Amino acid sequence: MQHEQTLIFEVSRAGRTGYNLPTPTVPEVDLESLLPASMIRTQVAELPEVSELDVVRHYTSLSTRNHGVDSGFYPLGSCTMKYNPKVNEDMARLPGFAHIHPLQPIESVQGALEMMVDLQEKLAEITGMDEVTLQPAAGAHGEWTGLMLIKAFHHHNGDVQRTKVLVPDSAHGTNPASAVVAGFETVTVKSDERGLVDLDDLKAKVGEDTAALMLTNPNTLGLFEADILEISKVVHEAGGKLYYDGANSNAILGIARPGDMGFDVVHLNLHKTFTGPHGGGGPGSGPVGVKRDLIPYLPTPIVRKADSGYTLDYDRPQSIGRIKPFYGNFGINVRAYSYIKTMGAEGLTRVSREAVLNANYMFARLKDAFDVPYDTYCKHEFVLSGKRQKALGVRTLDIAKRLLDFGYHPPTIYFPLNVEECIMVEPTETESKETLDAFCDAMLQIVKEAEENPEIVQTAPHTTVVKRLDETLAARKPVLKYEHRQPSSIN
Amino acid sequence: MNRMEFRYLPMTEQDERDMLQTIGVDSIDDLLEDIPASLRESASLSAIGAPLPEVDLVRHMTKLAEKNMHTKSHPSFLGAGMYDHLSPSVMNHMLLRSEFYTAYTPYQPEISQGELQAMFEFQTMICELTGMDVANSSMYDGITSLAEATYLASAHTKKKRVVVSGAVHPEAKDVIRTYAGGPGLDVEVTEVVDGLTSTELDLTDASCLVVQYPNFYGRVEDLAALAKVAHDAGALLVVSSNPLALGVLESPGALGADITVGDAQPFGIPQSFGGPSCGYFAVKKALMRKLPGRLVGQTVDEDGKRGFVLTLQAREQHIRRDKATSNICSNQALNALAASITMSALGKYGIRDMAIRNMQTAHYMKESLKAAGYAVIDEGPMFNEFVVDFGVDADDVSRHLLDHGIIGGLPLGTYESERRTQMLICATELRTKEEIDGFIEVVGGMN
Repeated sequence: MQHEQTLIFEVSRAGRTGYNLPTPTVPEVDLESLLPASMIRTQVAELPEVSELDVVRHYTSLSTRNHGVDSGFYPLGSCTMKYNPKVNEDMARLPGFAHIHPLQPIESVQGALEMMVDLQEKLAEITGMDEVTLQPAAGAHGEWTGLMLIKAFHHHNGDVQRTKVLVPDSAHGTNPASAVVAGFETVTVKSDERGLVDLDDLKAKVGEDTAALMLTNPNTLGLFEADILEISKVVHEAGGKLYYDGANSNAILGIARPGDMGFDVVHLNLHKTFTGPHGGGGPGSGPVGVKRDLIPYLPTPIVRKADSGYTLDYDRPQSIGRIKPFYGNFGINVRAYSYIKTMGAEGLTRVSREAVLNANYMFARLKDAFDVPYDTYCKHEFVLSGKRQKALGVRTLDIAKRLLDFGYHPPTIYFPLNVEECIMVEPTETESKETLDAFCDAMLQIVKEAEENPEIVQTAPHTTVVKRLDETLAARKPVLKYEHRQPSSIN
Repeated sequence: MNRMEFRYLPMTEQDERDMLQTIGVDSIDDLLEDIPASLRESASLSAIGAPLPEVDLVRHMTKLAEKNMHTKSHPSFLGAGMYDHLSPSVMNHMLLRSEFYTAYTPYQPEISQGELQAMFEFQTMICELTGMDVANSSMYDGITSLAEATYLASAHTKKKRVVVSGAVHPEAKDVIRTYAGGPGLDVEVTEVVDGLTSTELDLTDASCLVVQYPNFYGRVEDLAALAKVAHDAGALLVVSSNPLALGVLESPGALGADITVGDAQPFGIPQSFGGPSCGYFAVKKALMRKLPGRLVGQTVDEDGKRGFVLTLQAREQHIRRDKATSNICSNQALNALAASITMSALGKYGIRDMAIRNMQTAHYMKESLKAAGYAVIDEGPMFNEFVVDFGVDADDVSRHLLDHGIIGGLPLGTYESERRTQMLICATELRTKEEIDGFIEVVGGMN
């Protein structure tokens, strides 16, 4: 059994420190003369007392207990875990990008604004939209922003009865959640036997109360909504707007544009398609693009090029207002811009074509060993069902855990919700054929194990630093922080 | 361009042929046939331009970056929610351990113990500083975190009236107003009296009172008094707090806050033109199951060994969809990690000493400006920011400073036209006596 990893608080020893303040140049005034006693902390915050090497050893040790794209294959469906280029990290750390304050006089940040305008134009081109805002912090934030724009548009037209947002049953969980937070009710649209939006169900549910349809295309099954032009017509004829969830846009760069499909609002996840690293959960960036009729409602400010240079436009009377302090996750936007410039038009198109080829190749290699809910060519990702293995007593969860023993991050599991024992695989274009083959070999071996020696799968993982963890205990008796035994007084 | 020139794309021509053969099609186009032809024809990316080799890219990006004045080459007196603080070298080195930054949300805990434990430690540090019981593993930024807090307060109290102190960051007021348009909350902003939130408030039917600590103008609010006003009216006290200031200020938890949020950017996270920063969100235990965002909890594995998992996920969008407490999905985990590393390096007393150094530096600057004849507005206990009235348009003062290579404070006319002669000045531990004296000399030379 491997040793238990210590917490930084357990490494702490009274009197150690890992940093020094700069040499003081201003007079050292007593705290008591700066602040009334009633405002001063009575109990010191129990942060650790550790040396710099303690810090290094601790976080290095933690990093070795974590799997990232740099560690190995990470085919997590709908998350686009592609390679995060190193040069982008360097570019975001250039002092002229990393160390500028958002409220500096405008003439001292022209390079930053120039980059933003160029990125906005490039994202507008990629998505086929008329204007882009870089402000939303992440995909879900972009969804919410887009829905607030649609709400403002309808209200401006007196269509206050448009209170419903249609969401397919295969949609990401953020779609219905964002709709509710934006003040809408959600209506679920069924998928048909093809795994696509059921047009009859859509027609039955769309109407005068429809504010929008939210759609991911390709959808979360990895299938292109082939009826998209018809869907667009149905929704628009009813007076609704079409919202594009860009989580799956790694399939469409240079192949098909949401704007041409009929979408009115688009968000992109720059941390997925455009290589902003996922950061263990974030930060991301979720720019939103709109068609012309929604431009007046975009959040303030808008970055623009004027004759006098680049400016921030706050004079927007119909705007929904500010949705985030300052101008979005600039640092992530720098990384995405750096990636787009590196790839160029030709490279981006190849990204999507090769992502699609990789997914179809894996699907072809794996589909006979699993149940396949939709046996058709996929786009950048595909779904398998572990029904056959479940009948042998091996659940999809077990297969995922067994993959850990092979050094892989498992695919997304149990999503989308409309596929039983779902396994959702997204290889991305940055993985080589050898990697895809080795992963497929591992999957096929696990399938064989499920038939011949199910216990080894059911009890997996066997090689990780911890075994399966008791999630029920964690939820029933929540321990959400380290409890220090003896609080110290301030002195 | 030759296909081998795309260094992120490993597919060779031979690979492509082999893979197509396995699939049983002739070309990638065969896999795209379900996409209407009209869409494929119009999907040109001509405006994107040609691919750039790395050297060309670095040249282009460096040229853009060099058009900006930055705080490593010019002293900055800007704060107002984004601060120029020291960032220990060790922080960036640890942050570049790519097992952290190239991972995603730790859905598979057995291979994500590093990230999960780091977030558990972050949650602990935030609870320690704020005096709250439970903290999540981060939000987008302090201000959207504050807006989410108004949602939580309204859901918890089942009241739609949100009362926001006038001394809260103007951008926070704006974001709270925009967010309110979702569930239809009514937002009211209170008057500022002598630089502080008035305690003469009518909080009838209010879900919460929202205050900032220290407030936007740099002053330390009397949280205990505000907590009493809020609680007497059945409202929650929501506090937005600079966590570095909590190295020395009494914690919001100890003074009666029900929800404390803020931004961990002061802990070594680069200003990066305003983002990404790192929101935090902490509550009293009674509100634990209503928290937005990811929470990490301690548990044991099958051998009884300590481990960490995402927990209480029944609050979240990927489980509850339209019944979730928030739509938030990704957070700012990497920046929470950065803040944790900085907090660890500074440690228990370092953070306090750094907070005190900020106060001493700002105090020196304030006294020096007063000695030079400038009026400090609403003077009183402060952290590292204060307001000076220059008697002339503060934008002109700012531009004059810029001409002399100094990034001045924030002209308050940016947000409030009636304050156009005032400047919000911030002096952190990074500002030296020489820089401060230089600021005053340059301002003194204005005509």
